[in-house]
Amino acid sequence: MSLNFSKDKICVVIGASHAGVNFAFSLRKEGWEGRIILFDKDPVLPYHRPPLSKAYLTSADAIDKNLLKSAEAYDKSGIELSLGVTINTIDRVAKHVVLSDGRLQTYDTLVLATGARPIIPPIKGLREASNVFTLRTANDVERIRKAMSTSVHKKVVIIGGGYIGLETAASLKKLGASVTVLEREERILARVTAPEMSDFFEKLHASNGVEVLTNKNVVSIAKQANFNQVMCADTTSYEADIIIVGVGVHVNVALAEQVGLDIANGIKVNEAAKAATDIYAIGDCTSHYNPHYDRFIRLESVQNAVDQAKIAAAAICDKKPVYNSIPWFWSDQYDIKLQMVGLSTGYTKALLRKEEGTQIKFSIWYFKNDELLAVDAVNNAKAYVLGTKFIKNKTKIDQLKLVDPFSEFKPAALMIK
Amino acid sequence: MAKITFITTDNESIELEATSGSVMQLAVDNDVPGIDGDCGGVCSCATCHVHVKPEHMEKTGEASEIENDMLELDDHVNEYSRLCCQLEVSEALDGLVLQVAESD
Ligand SMILES: Cc1cc2nc3c(=O)[nH]c(=O)nc-3n(C[C@H](O)[C@H](O)[C@H](O)COP(=O)(O)OP(=O)(O)OC[C@H]3O[C@@H](n4cnc5c(N)ncnc54)[C@H](O)[C@@H]3O)c2cc1C
Ligand code: FES
Repeated sequence: MSLNFSKDKICVVIGASHAGVNFAFSLRKEGWEGRIILFDKDPVLPYHRPPLSKAYLTSADAIDKNLLKSAEAYDKSGIELSLGVTINTIDRVAKHVVLSDGRLQTYDTLVLATGARPIIPPIKGLREASNVFTLRTANDVERIRKAMSTSVHKKVVIIGGGYIGLETAASLKKLGASVTVLEREERILARVTAPEMSDFFEKLHASNGVEVLTNKNVVSIAKQANFNQVMCADTTSYEADIIIVGVGVHVNVALAEQVGLDIANGIKVNEAAKAATDIYAIGDCTSHYNPHYDRFIRLESVQNAVDQAKIAAAAICDKKPVYNSIPWFWSDQYDIKLQMVGLSTGYTKALLRKEEGTQIKFSIWYFKNDELLAVDAVNNAKAYVLGTKFIKNKTKIDQLKLVDPFSEFKPAALMIK
Repeated sequence: MAKITFITTDNESIELEATSGSVMQLAVDNDVPGIDGDCGGVCSCATCHVHVKPEHMEKTGEASEIENDMLELDDHVNEYSRLCCQLEVSEALDGLVLQVAESD
């Protein structure tokens, strides 16, 4: 029997969110009998992040309605949770980590699940402005909700038109705010989707009374007595009682850097999520080689966090897993559900398939010549699962039939035999 | 209060009780194998797939369109399939028996 099934072994995990928590439970399921210790600087019992900008933000729920696992579940699986503790140092030679209070914790296997943190852009006056928030933690939501409930005019400016910015816009609108989104690029979601989708979401927000403005480079913020004046490079300015900053993330790689791990847009890991001898890295903080798309990628998604967690757990327990998942992601805004599968980077053609009927229901299919790369499905789970299957199997698709709403939306009807 | 029984793919029977929340949350909180609930309950992941005991379909009702669509190409889908994040715990579910579906 392998040493990894010994009771004396200790696995230390830094970061207890989607990646770290799923890893801990998977490791137990794979048969690890030693200690599993999860550290996180966040003092709150680990929770789902996606709802923070969506349903959870608009609800009055406390975070215990949104937990990844109940406190009892950790106990039952013998997983030790050490919350409110920051790890500042790793000693790879002594094989221990140093806790914020100076204590040492030794490990046999170390897992980095440190994720990412919001970028605070170098905008003049941002630090001095009032009611400025990012959105990544339960505490952020608490503070935003509080600011919303005490704000008289509820004028919100959101800097950044990515998914988090747009979801937050929809949620705060629902809470009665008047919302303006300022995006620096010429279209929203520019980094992640095709112009057709950007266009759709711009119109969606407009029709819900949210102002989405592009080519707006915020350069400074002037704090007035009761509000902030948000100034753009084109000399326009916007009043804000509340400012939400959603301009992307920095990967948390300081610890990995400290111990000399290979870093390139995230901690580089192999197909088993391994970064170095006895060290694994999983989730948002990693850059992995994806065999399907034949390149290194870094993903920010629950899918990647969970799947890499399972891979690392299996690898530590002497299986020989290979990470080869097709990425998927979702976003909920108003009554629109967007589901994405695959990666569209490098596409040469985007085809629109629109379903019959009055309901908004369509999908965009991204091809590189005749190879399907990705699908964005709007209120259309059928397109999403079809796309998933086709991408996984590298199925060749009849593109003429695909765009014809009268052709059956089934694998057999669309594939080229 | 509702008593809900999960039968795992290893044929283990797990009996749980709850008064509110989703059936998925109940399963996840009690670490029922095979119910992951990765998306937190918004029909985006299909990791909460169960088969309702045929005679209990009345308690749960039929799957919604999005549940059916999410499961359409799943190898283990059948007419008793539900995504249990869409089942809200209530008295009406008392006595419900759910078979955890195999995953692809
Ligand atoms: C508002 C919002 C909405 C989102 N919506 C979606 C969505 O709809 N779909 C989707 O798939 N994904 C979504 N995501 C992305 C998803 O939440 C992330 O991909 C996921 O959380 C990544 O998990 P992770 O565990 O890798 O990293 P993180 O969730 O970033 O967790 C890392 C943890 O490590 C801790 N940590 C870091 N350094 C240290 C240290 N030195 N010591 C102690 N603790 C440390 C942090 O406190 C943190 O808790 C969303 C994210 C946000 C913020
Ligand atoms: S929890 Fe994701 S679909 Fe039910």
